[in-house]
Amino acid sequence: MNLTLPLHKVNEPDRQRVGGKGFALAMMARESLTVPEAICITTEAYHQYMRSTGLRDNLVMVLYRKAFKDMRWEEIWDAALRIRNLFLKTAIPTELRAILAPPIESTFAEKAVSVRSSAPGEDSSKTSFAGLHESYVNIRGTEAIFEHIRLVWASLWSDRALLYRQELGLDVDKSAMAVVVQEMISGERSGVVFGRSPVDESQAVVEAVYGLNQGLVDGTVEPDRWILRRNTGQILSHSPAQREKVLNPAPLGTRLENLPPELREKAPLTESDVSDVFQLAMRAESFFKSPQDVEWTYLKKRLHALQSRPITTGATPDGDERLRYLSLHRSFDNLKELWTKIEKDLIPAMEAEAAILADIDLTGLSDADLADEIERRIGIHKKWQDAYWRDCIPFAHGMRMFGQVYNDVVHPKDPFEFMDLLKGTRMVSIQRNQILEDLAGWLRKDPQLAECLRLKGLEDCDSAFREAFNNLSNTFGDLTWGETSFIQDPRQLVGFLLEMTDRPPKNGSKPLKDIDSLEGNFLSLFEEAQKTYATEMLDLARASYRLRDDDNIYLGKIEGQMRNTLNEGKRRIERVFGTDLGALETKEILKTLRNRHRKPKKSSPPPPGAPTQGLKENFHIKARQIVGQPAGPGIAFGKARVVLEPADLFAFKTGEILVCDAVDPNMTFVVPLAAGIVERRGGMLIHGAIIAREYGLPCVTGVAGAATSIKTGDTVTVDGYLGIVIIGETRLEKKKGPDEITRNA
Amino acid sequence: MNDLKAYKKDLKSLFASQHTGVLATQQDGQPYTSLVAFASSEDLKDLFFATMRATRKFANLSPDSRVAMLIDNRSNIPSDFQWAMGVTVTGRAEELADPEKQTSLTAYLAKHPHLEDFVSSPGCAFLRIRVDTYYVVTRFQKVVEIHVRS
Repeated sequence: MNLTLPLHKVNEPDRQRVGGKGFALAMMARESLTVPEAICITTEAYHQYMRSTGLRDNLVMVLYRKAFKDMRWEEIWDAALRIRNLFLKTAIPTELRAILAPPIESTFAEKAVSVRSSAPGEDSSKTSFAGLHESYVNIRGTEAIFEHIRLVWASLWSDRALLYRQELGLDVDKSAMAVVVQEMISGERSGVVFGRSPVDESQAVVEAVYGLNQGLVDGTVEPDRWILRRNTGQILSHSPAQREKVLNPAPLGTRLENLPPELREKAPLTESDVSDVFQLAMRAESFFKSPQDVEWTYLKKRLHALQSRPITTGATPDGDERLRYLSLHRSFDNLKELWTKIEKDLIPAMEAEAAILADIDLTGLSDADLADEIERRIGIHKKWQDAYWRDCIPFAHGMRMFGQVYNDVVHPKDPFEFMDLLKGTRMVSIQRNQILEDLAGWLRKDPQLAECLRLKGLEDCDSAFREAFNNLSNTFGDLTWGETSFIQDPRQLVGFLLEMTDRPPKNGSKPLKDIDSLEGNFLSLFEEAQKTYATEMLDLARASYRLRDDDNIYLGKIEGQMRNTLNEGKRRIERVFGTDLGALETKEILKTLRNRHRKPKKSSPPPPGAPTQGLKENFHIKARQIVGQPAGPGIAFGKARVVLEPADLFAFKTGEILVCDAVDPNMTFVVPLAAGIVERRGGMLIHGAIIAREYGLPCVTGVAGAATSIKTGDTVTVDGYLGIVIIGETRLEKKKGPDEITRNA
Repeated sequence: MNDLKAYKKDLKSLFASQHTGVLATQQDGQPYTSLVAFASSEDLKDLFFATMRATRKFANLSPDSRVAMLIDNRSNIPSDFQWAMGVTVTGRAEELADPEKQTSLTAYLAKHPHLEDFVSSPGCAFLRIRVDTYYVVTRFQKVVEIHVRS
C-alpha cells in the first residue's frame, strides 16, 4: 500500500489515490515545469485513519441522524462543524504516523509548506467544485502539518461539500481525500491563467495580483486582467485593478495588508511576463490534452506552477439556492466592514426612520392620504428587509468563523463551547424581557394593583404603573407580531404580566462565571503578536451574536410602524362597514380607503385541510420521538404550547414547552416563562437557540413538522443534549444527571 | 397522509425481506423471547407464526395472549444505528383453526416453503397476531407509532 508518494513516483495508475491536484502536479514536474517540491498523502492513508480510529462510524452517526432533505443549511453547517471537531480531536494513530512522518520530515524539515486538498475526480472537466475543500498555506513543523492534514481530510465533509453531496457522490464508506504537502513558495506576484476564456473560446485570460494568489482566488484582492488571442498569444487588452491590498504570509497563515504606494501604479506583470504565463498554460494544455486553468507565482523572476486543472464548461443552473449560501462565507476583513456598516449606519438609520414614522399623526390624515402612507411604509419596510438580507444575514457568519478559530486552537470536547463565550452581550430582547420582569416584580409586591389590573384594566389603575408600561413601547418599539399590536390593545400584555407575577422571578442572561476563564484560556493560546487578531475576532463574534437578534428588533420597529397604518385603515373601514369583516388583505384596505362606497371583500377562508375520507381507515400514524438538533443542553418535561398566532403567545403558561416554526425575535418575551423550546427551523446559531442559551433552557431545533406533529397540551420531553423530542407521557425516573431533570407538568 | 402510505410501504418491504423476528411473551411478569419465522398479511393487520405446542412460548400464551415482536433489518455493523429499521409490534396472539387457517397458511408457506413439514406436523400450532400498534424506529432515534386497532 502506498500511503505517501513523492511527485516523481506518481504514475497513471495512481491518479485516484493522489487526487486531481496531486496528479496534475506530478505531470507538470515530469514535463520539467517548475513546481514546488511536494509529497502526496494518498487516499489509502485517509482510509486507514478513518478505519483504525473508528472515526468512520462516528461520521455516520453525525451525518445521517436526519435525512438531508429535512436539513436546512444552518444544520448542514453545524454538522460540518461537528465533523471537523471529530477530526481535530482524533490524532493520527502511532503506526500511521510512523509511516507518514519520515518522508515529510526529510523533505521539508522546518520549511514552510502548503497543505492542500486533492480530491479524487476533481480534475474531471465535467465538474468544477473549486473551493469546496480546504487548503492551508504557510504551515511549519511536523505537528502542525499533521494537524492540517486532518483538517484537509475533514474538509471532504465541509458544509460546502455537503451542499454538493449528490454531485460529488459523497458516501462515508467510499469517499476519500488525498492531500498534497507542498513547499510554500512565497511569490511576490501571483495569479491564474485560463488557457481558454470561459466566455470566448478564441481568447485566453491572465489575472495577476501582488503577493499570494490566495487573495485573488478567494476574491479579497482585485486582479489586473489581460485578454490574449489564444492562437497567437497576442495581448488584446489589459484592465488594471484598483491596486490597494496585498495578501502576505503571516504567523497565522496569511494577512491582508495595504499595498506599498510605489507598487500601486505598477502592473504586477510586464508584457513579457504575461506572455510567459500564457505559454505556461499552453504547455500544460499540450500534455494534459485539454485547456487548463493554472495557478502560478513569480518568486524572484522565476515562474512556478502551483496547480493546474481542466477548464470546466458545466455552468451552474440559475437560481441554485446553494450559490447564495456559498456567498455567506465571508473573509474576516469583509465581516469587519459589515459590522461597521450595520452598527454605525444601518441600525441608527432604521431607528431614525422608525422615530420619524412614529411622529406622524395618522388620525389627522385623510383616507386617501392614509392609503398613500400605507403604501409608502410598505416600501420602507421592504427597503429595510432587503438591507437585512443583504448585510445582516451574512454578518451572522461572524459567529461561525469564530467557532472554527476557537475549535482550532482550543480543541474543546463540545464543538459549540464557543457559544458560551459569546453569551451575556446585552441583547435588546433580553433587556426588553428585563423590563417586563421588572413590571412583573412590581405587581408581585403590590397584589392590590395586580387585582385592580385583573378586574378593571390598565386605564383605571395606578398611573405610575401605566406610565412605566407605556415606556416599554417608547424604548423598544411596539411589540409586534403579525397583525397584532400589543400597545394599542394592552389587555393581552397585561394578562401576560399577571401570568408572569404568578411564578417566581427569573433573570435572563445570567453571565456564566466561566465566561472569563473561557476567554482567558482562548486568548492565552495565541502568541503575543497574534493576540490583537484573537481579540478582534472575539469582538466580531460577540457583535455577530448580539446583532443576530438586535437587527430583528429594529426591523420589527419598522414593521410595527407599517402595521400601525394598516390597523388605522382597518379601523376606519370597520367604522363604516362593521367589525365582522375578519382579516382584510392589504389591497382591500387600500381600495376601500380610496373609494368609501366600495365594500371590502372578505379574505377567502384558508383552504380546508386534506379530505377526511381516510377516517374509515383503521390505521393512524403518530410521531412518538422526533430527531432534531441539540441546540441548548438540558432536559425539560411539560405541556406543549404550539404558537401559531399571537393569541397563543398570550395564553402561554409558566412551565410550558414553546413549540413553533421559528422563534420570531418579537416572540422572545414569552421565553422566560418556558421550560423548553422546540423549533422547526434548525441549527445551533439561529435566533431561537441563542435565546434558549441565554436563559439556560433545553432547546431542540430542526424538528421537521414541529408545529404540526405536536399539539398544544401534548406532554413532551425535550432532550436538549441529544436533540430529541419525545411526545407523550414518559415515565422518566427522576435521576440526578449532569443537570437535574426539570419537571413542570 | 402520505407519511402513512410511505411507512406502510416500508413495513411491507421489511416484512418481505426478513424471515425471522424476536417474539416476546411473559409468565408471571418474567419476559421471555424466542426467534420465530413470521409472515405478514397483505393489509398489515395480522402477523403469523408457527410453534410447537410444547414450547415455553406457547405455554406462556394461554394465561396471557399479549405479545410483542421485534422485526429489524440490522447487519450487525456500527452503521446499523443509522440505516437499520426496527419495528416493535404489539398485539394479541391466537391459534388459528380451519378454514381461516388454510388461507393464511398458504401465504405463510409461500414465504417459508422449507417449513411445510414442520407446520403440518400434529404437534405444531399456527398462530395469528392481531396487531394493535407498530412502533417504527429509523435513523436510530426517529420513532413513529402506527395504530392499527385502538
